[in-house]
Amino acid sequence: MIIELLLLPLLAGLAVATVAGPMGAFVVWRRMAFFGDTLAHGALLGAAFGLAFGLALYPAVVLCCLVLALTLVALQQQQIIASDTLLGIVAHTTLALGVIAISLLPSVQVDLFGFLFGDLLAVSGRDIVWLWSGALVILLLTALNWRRLLSITVNEELARVEGINVAATRTLLMLMLALLIAGAIRTVGVLLITSLLIIPAASARRLSRTPAQMAMLASLLGAFAVIGGLALSWFADTPVGPSIVVAAASIFVLSLLAPRAA
Amino acid sequence: MAATRPVPDTTDAPLIALHDVAVRFGQQEVLSDIHLSLHGGRITTLIGPNGAGKSTLARVILGIVPPSRGRVTRRAGLRIGYMPQRIKIDDSLPLTVDGFLALGMAGATRARRDALSRAGVAHLRRRAVQALSGGEMQRVLLARALLRKPDLLVLDEPAQGVDVAGQDALYGLLAEVRDELRCGILLISHDLHLVMAATDDVVCLHHHICCSGTPEAVSRDPAFRDMFPGHPATNLALYTHEHDHEHDLHGDVDCAEHHHHDH
Repeated sequence: MIIELLLLPLLAGLAVATVAGPMGAFVVWRRMAFFGDTLAHGALLGAAFGLAFGLALYPAVVLCCLVLALTLVALQQQQIIASDTLLGIVAHTTLALGVIAISLLPSVQVDLFGFLFGDLLAVSGRDIVWLWSGALVILLLTALNWRRLLSITVNEELARVEGINVAATRTLLMLMLALLIAGAIRTVGVLLITSLLIIPAASARRLSRTPAQMAMLASLLGAFAVIGGLALSWFADTPVGPSIVVAAASIFVLSLLAPRAA
Repeated sequence: MAATRPVPDTTDAPLIALHDVAVRFGQQEVLSDIHLSLHGGRITTLIGPNGAGKSTLARVILGIVPPSRGRVTRRAGLRIGYMPQRIKIDDSLPLTVDGFLALGMAGATRARRDALSRAGVAHLRRRAVQALSGGEMQRVLLARALLRKPDLLVLDEPAQGVDVAGQDALYGLLAEVRDELRCGILLISHDLHLVMAATDDVVCLHHHICCSGTPEAVSRDPAFRDMFPGHPATNLALYTHEHDHEHDLHGDVDCAEHHHHDH
C-alpha cells in the first residue's frame, strides 16, 4: 500500500518542514546560511560517534550539533579569523572527519549516501516520535520568544538598550537551529539541509507582509515541497532528499511570478 | 524659546553616573578619566571632533560597551530610549514601520500612531522600513525611542541630514519631551551652532572631558576655543535663539517626496 509506505516518511518530512519555516526565516534574515551548513556537516560527525559508541542516532547527533553550535558562537566572538572563513574551515573539517570516522567503523555497514542526501523512506515509528517532540519544543520556544528573537534580528544594539539579553537570545536561536538540523539529517541529509531552511523562506518572502506571515508561509511551502518531493520520488523513482529540494526550488521559481506583497 | 524656558529642577538623584571610566580597544585608550552624571529634566549635549570617543561614551552609557575601568551606576529600573544614527534592516525581512515600533514596545496601535505623529511621520506607519529615506528612518527611530516613555533619551547625531528649519523643529520637540516626560536627554553632535542654544549642559569631549557646563560657560572656556578654533560658535557666547515662526520636521532635505514647510 502506498499509504503505509509513505505515511511515516510524510510525517517525518512534515515535522522537519514545519520547523524549518520559522528557523529558515531567521537564517535568511540573519544571513546565517553558512552557519546552518556548518552545523549540518557537524551532524555527520555526530552520527559517526553515535554509531561508534553504540548510541541512539538522534541523541548523538543532537548532542554533537549543540556542542558545535555553542563552540561556533564562542569562536565567532574572536577577531582573528573572519567569521565565514572560520565556518568554512570548521564545516569541511567536520565533514571530512565524519566521513573518515564512518569509513573506519569496523562491523557496521553504514549507508553514507543516506546521511549525505537523506533516507526518508527508512524512518521508523520511533524516529517520528523523536522528530515531532523536537519540532513541538522548537515551535513552542520560538513562539514564546518571538519578539525577543525578532528584536535582535532587526538590531542587536537597540534590543540590548531595550533590555533584551542579546547573548542568551542568540544562543537560544543557535541551539534551536542545531536541534532542527540534527533532526533533519535523516530527511534530506547533511548536504541538502540548508536548502530546506532557505528555499521555502525565500519563496515566502515575496508573499508576506509581516515576519510572522513569512515564517508560517515558509512552513506551509516547505510542507508542499515535502509532499511534492515524495510524490516525485514515488512516481519517477528518484532519490527522496534531492526530490524534495527540487520541489522546493520549483515552488521558489513559481513564487517569483507572484507580485511582491511588501 | 531657549532663552525663555524655565530652568528645570535637578534636585533628584542622577539617572546615570560614570566614575573614573576608561575604555580601551586593544592598545588604544579611547576614553579616560570620565566623570559624568546625567539628570532628569535636562538636555546634555556631547560635542567633540571626529574620533574623540563621543559614540563610545554614549555606548558606555547605553550599556552596549563595557568600560575597561571605572564604575557606571544606573538608577534602578532606568528606562532608556535610543535613537542611533542609522540602522540597516535586511531587505529579506518584511517589516512595516508599525511592526518595527511594536518590537520596541508592545501595546496599543494608538500609542504607536501618537509616537509617529509626534516625530512628524504619522503618514509612514504602514510603509516598509526598507522603503524609508535616511531622514525618515531617523524620525521613525525617534518615535520608537519616545514610545518607551524613557527616563533617558539618547540621540546620536540627530541633526545630521536635517536642514536648519528641521533642526529647529527637532530641538523644539526635544525641549517639549524633556518638560513633559521630565526625562534626561543626551545628544551627540559635532554641529555646534544650534546645539549651543538648545541645550542645558554641554560636555566637550576629546578622549577625556575637556570642559563642561552651561553653553555660555563652555563657549568661554579656553579648552573649548582650542578644540574648535575659529568656529563661529566660539563667538556665540551670548547667542540667543530667535524663534518667531513654526516649522515641522518635514524641513528635512533628503525627504523630497513629502517635502513641505509650514511657514
